[in-house]
Amino acid sequence: MGLDFSIVPKYMDVILLGCAWTIGITVAAALLSFFGGIVFAVIALYGPWLLRQPFRLFAWLFMGTPLLLQLFLIYFGLVQIGIDLPAFVAGIIGLGLHFAVYNSELIQTAILAVDKGQMEAARTLGLSRGEALRKVVIPQAVRAVLPPIGNNMIALLKDSALVSVIGVSELTLSAQRVIGKTYRPFEFYLLAAACYYVINLGMEWVQRRIERRISISR
Amino acid sequence: MDFELMLKVYPFFLEAAWLTILLSVLTAILGLTCGALGAAARLSRFRTLRFIGAAYVSVIRGTPALIQLFILYFGGPQIGIQLDAFEAGVIGLGVNAGAYMTETIRGAIIAIDKGQGEAARTLGLSQWQAMYKVILPQSARLMIRPLGVNINALIKATALVAAISVVELTYTAQRYIGSTYKPFEMFLLAGILYMIIIYVAGRGIAWLDRKAQIT
Repeated sequence: MGLDFSIVPKYMDVILLGCAWTIGITVAAALLSFFGGIVFAVIALYGPWLLRQPFRLFAWLFMGTPLLLQLFLIYFGLVQIGIDLPAFVAGIIGLGLHFAVYNSELIQTAILAVDKGQMEAARTLGLSRGEALRKVVIPQAVRAVLPPIGNNMIALLKDSALVSVIGVSELTLSAQRVIGKTYRPFEFYLLAAACYYVINLGMEWVQRRIERRISISR
Repeated sequence: MDFELMLKVYPFFLEAAWLTILLSVLTAILGLTCGALGAAARLSRFRTLRFIGAAYVSVIRGTPALIQLFILYFGGPQIGIQLDAFEAGVIGLGVNAGAYMTETIRGAIIAIDKGQGEAARTLGLSQWQAMYKVILPQSARLMIRPLGVNINALIKATALVAAISVVELTYTAQRYIGSTYKPFEMFLLAGILYMIIIYVAGRGIAWLDRKAQIT
């Protein structure tokens, strides 16, 4: 069975819909992982002991096990305790939490690297500890680690292919469905790979723009 | 928590863990080979080789590993490449890891001061000799830790071959989640085994790194 790309245009709409889902899931999970990462970093650094220790365990578990396994746990595990989430919501939560843990590691280091004087000055000016963190320290810390966070987000885009395994009709599963009809795996997986590559280029472009904007105001 | 069930299924998980270890080792070997070749190509004098190296890194790192596995395993037969799931897993993951390792190795090589190579050339060593006797021994020390990070990621990436039904740890967990409806217990079992594998690999790399720094 040779290659025949002439059949591709007929199924292009299915693939493009898959692209839209992939982008949507990636953006939602990226936002969750960004803000989740900030919250986790604050918990890890300033949280009370009772919150900090369980979080450490959670972070350790999430960094030491494969994302695929975590997706199975979230999708099937939440059903076990009576929460029946749609697959795409479970996928967004799984991807978001996984990368939030990685982002939180970056943000923690960055918070510690912000000059102590910043916090002291903010406190002297009458800001409470929480306000000083929120308005002075964290904005500086986050700005410093945006490039590596951007790299995490690009990794997130590629890992979003994994949610196909729990039945989310994003790009990978759309390609699979088309292949089920056409028996042309090479052509359509290659097409899916090309789509991911293009989305990836787009994300890198956005990343560069954000970084440039931030460096101007420095 | 159903500990009784965990004890009952744990031998199957252990067996699957061995397959995950085997996969990881083979993938790491292939990945290091591809990484070394990729780095050599990217640093080559020849433009064509440099382009091939850059394209390899960009394409592999720009697309999901899962899709790469699918192209190889399901699409391969169409272009005359017939592999079983395990072979496809090792080759797919190895080539994937190789792209990340290419950058690690290249980074370690260009991190060595230019003067080292120049001095070696001045002393009469050929280009190759300067590379092998002066630059590589120094950069080898620099690359152990970052390659360790690559290997850590690679061990977790072996879970992907569950999607082409290689019976490794994740596939086993998935199967038992399906039959027992105890996702948390199965996750914990597989998770603990992954952590042990990653811990041992990490210690091994730390040991190697220490050894290399002594001189």
